[in-house]
Amino acid sequence: MSPTVADFFHNSFRLPESLAYLTAAVIHCVLIILVVAVGALLFIWLERKVSGRIQDRLGPTRVGGAFGWLQTLADGIKLIAKEDITPKDADWLLFKLAPYIGFAASYCAYIALPFADGWAARHMNTAVFFILAVLGIEVFSPILAGYASGSKWSLFGAIREAAQVVSYEVPLGMCVVVPVFLCGTMNLVTIGNMQAGLFTNWLVFNDPFTFVIAVVYFTCATASVNRAPFDLAEAESELVAGFHTEYSGLRWSFFFMAEYGSMFLVSGLAAILFFGGWHGPIPIGEILGDFLAYVVTPLVGIVAWLLSFVFKNVHTADHVAVAGHIANSLGCLNFLLKGLIGVTVMMWVRWTLPRLRIDQVMTTCLKYCVPIAAICFLGALGWRVADWTTGADIPLVGIHYGKGGRGMVRESWVEQTQSAKVAENDVPDAPITDPNASDGPTGSVEQSPDELLTMKGGDQ
Amino acid sequence: MATQLDDPRIIEFDVRTDEMLVNMGPQHPSTHGVLRLVLRTDGEIVSEVEPHIGYLHRCAEKIGENLTPRQWIPYTDRMDYLAGMNMNLGWALAVEKLVDHELSEKAKHLRVILAEMGRIASHLVGMGAYGLDLGTFSPFLYAFREREKILDLFEEACGARLTYSYLTPGGATADLPNGWLQKCEAFLEQFEPIIQEYHALLTTNAIFVKRTASIGVMSPEMAVDFGCTGPVLRGSGVDYDLRRDGEERYTEMYDGYAFEVIVQKDGHYPRDHDYPAVPKEAVLGDCWHRFYVRMLEVVQAIDIVRQAIDRYSTASGDYGVPIKLTQKLPKGEAYLETESPRGQMGFYLISHGDSIPWRVRARSSSFCNLSVTSDLCRGCLIADVPAIVGSLDLVMGEIDR
Repeated sequence: MSPTVADFFHNSFRLPESLAYLTAAVIHCVLIILVVAVGALLFIWLERKVSGRIQDRLGPTRVGGAFGWLQTLADGIKLIAKEDITPKDADWLLFKLAPYIGFAASYCAYIALPFADGWAARHMNTAVFFILAVLGIEVFSPILAGYASGSKWSLFGAIREAAQVVSYEVPLGMCVVVPVFLCGTMNLVTIGNMQAGLFTNWLVFNDPFTFVIAVVYFTCATASVNRAPFDLAEAESELVAGFHTEYSGLRWSFFFMAEYGSMFLVSGLAAILFFGGWHGPIPIGEILGDFLAYVVTPLVGIVAWLLSFVFKNVHTADHVAVAGHIANSLGCLNFLLKGLIGVTVMMWVRWTLPRLRIDQVMTTCLKYCVPIAAICFLGALGWRVADWTTGADIPLVGIHYGKGGRGMVRESWVEQTQSAKVAENDVPDAPITDPNASDGPTGSVEQSPDELLTMKGGDQ
Repeated sequence: MATQLDDPRIIEFDVRTDEMLVNMGPQHPSTHGVLRLVLRTDGEIVSEVEPHIGYLHRCAEKIGENLTPRQWIPYTDRMDYLAGMNMNLGWALAVEKLVDHELSEKAKHLRVILAEMGRIASHLVGMGAYGLDLGTFSPFLYAFREREKILDLFEEACGARLTYSYLTPGGATADLPNGWLQKCEAFLEQFEPIIQEYHALLTTNAIFVKRTASIGVMSPEMAVDFGCTGPVLRGSGVDYDLRRDGEERYTEMYDGYAFEVIVQKDGHYPRDHDYPAVPKEAVLGDCWHRFYVRMLEVVQAIDIVRQAIDRYSTASGDYGVPIKLTQKLPKGEAYLETESPRGQMGFYLISHGDSIPWRVRARSSSFCNLSVTSDLCRGCLIADVPAIVGSLDLVMGEIDR
């Protein structure tokens, strides 16, 4: 079992197990809420800045000094101070509930999103599935808001949202399935780690089909989080403001927090599924990792030794873990940067393109996205089968560096089968069907240390 | 899904839900002011549209019957507030027709410069606002960026940025300041390449074409029947422009100017070799064509202003002396139409020999252009309603007066 935050509390502070887990859960939740809330603040500010620059304006400049970085906070204060209006015709319970459903769904999905190797609030073997499922709940928020508002324009927005999001879930799911079956796991940490190494190892460059799939995924993700040109549910020029026409103040802002939260979520998911997750385009991390192992770790060891006076239970093995966490935080930056790029692209698209019409949105989904996703799904599958049966590693780009990559991905099935067998023989308690459980490929004694390093999944 | 149906009652497979009556406006972001459209919708399909007007009625015409012609000039500004210069010009010419005032060459060229600059400014707003109607924000600000420079020029000439009251019966209130022409030329020089930017953002944008091509198709006959004028009429392929076909008193301003009426002939627009080709999906008379005519008119206006600047600097005479504030009007009546950016803008006044006209009326181009909405929007989708209404480029101030 890998050391978790709960273990840390349990071992170091001698907390009872239940209390240790509760503390850990609170810490995780607070961290996630902080990340998402601060993220939303940042993205709203960024949106204003990006749109300003695109439109030859400056955007916010005053609040908070240079770059107006406190603008969102000022907006937030304004929104809190605003009157909270519930229309007379509204179904007050649903009307008040709706913003929080979207908000909660958007935040919940972050539980399974790893920010770096193993840095997830909850390790899940079904992280991909969990995120998609929870994001699917978010659609209730606009539907309920539109239905409960007692306004016809809101109702239009709600119906559009329902039609659109339900349709786009289909190609979105198809796109997500491709990396899942290429890596043979739904565990996002494992998927991310399989793409270590040079950027040619990223799944987007795995074969031509995954490249197309990545583009389709991004399109569908944009649609499923209701961003332009698919923002029909809140189409200003047609439906006044769509489902949130009747909302004001803080309740209104919750819709936006949810929207920006989901934006980063789908971008982050894209980063992990297709763009190498927390691995940079050039494996500086690995090079640096070696550097850390030989130069920095001894220094950290001294610090850890000093710390050991405070935390009695620190073992020597923890030195390596600390070094790994430092490397991981660089990976986290990588991941955040990739997510940020995805969000910025969404903003760029929003401020450039006109909005599609509802029938065109549905056409895009049903006539283009679904068939393309389906064909690419089959294509990627065929490519994999050809690869697997012939045993030939046909590189798309030709350069491979590092420990992950296509070879890695290709062998993942074999490895799993092997390690599953090993697990079966050696550790009867370990899960047999899914060796990539959060505690990694258990007891795979036959594996070389190299493989262990790359397969270690979310564990330090 | 069919978006344009001959009979809106026959929806695909005759699947129908409950009809819903919704108000688009008067407080709606895409109705260009205070237009109120009552839509009868069947799901997303609009089966009936009825425009309601009158929310911006300010009795401008009645006020005109209590003021002398020069005093009424500021009220004309506020009719079509996006093209105040052109409205000033229309009223000035109508009054001059009544008093039979002859203008110097210089004053005529001055008026051409300002009227065409006003046309550019107005079409820029039309273009940008149309982008807003279709859900894209940036072209609006790109358009306003350039419009600001035109307004700067106007401000320098007359001190106002929106309601100019500059062209008055008899000429203009003042001559152009020193160096104005150079600044104007520099602006045109800088502005002309930017039009390509607008084409890239809107005219040739795939989504824009999807949203506008074959939407709101108006046949030439229909356009004529409804009395549509301006870019709306020419977008349907009717070759009619008052700057060429209007009354002598108006067209003589444009005598000797090289310009072509922007209308599609044999599938080609004049000067369209410089500009994006008509997309395959577009049908003559649809929203895309109405938009494109405006874009080409901007280019043409640049050309006319350049010619006018040349002529103005060499013309004889002065900028024209405004008629006296309380000058007695001769008994009689006069009606004159000019080509404002939105179409045929007519002013009518009857005098009983007083200095105050007995009757003042205006014929608004947007009013007639608006009248086609019910017919064009029948059977379209809700999202097409702003697209169609936006392509007519309405200004409510002019409709309600």
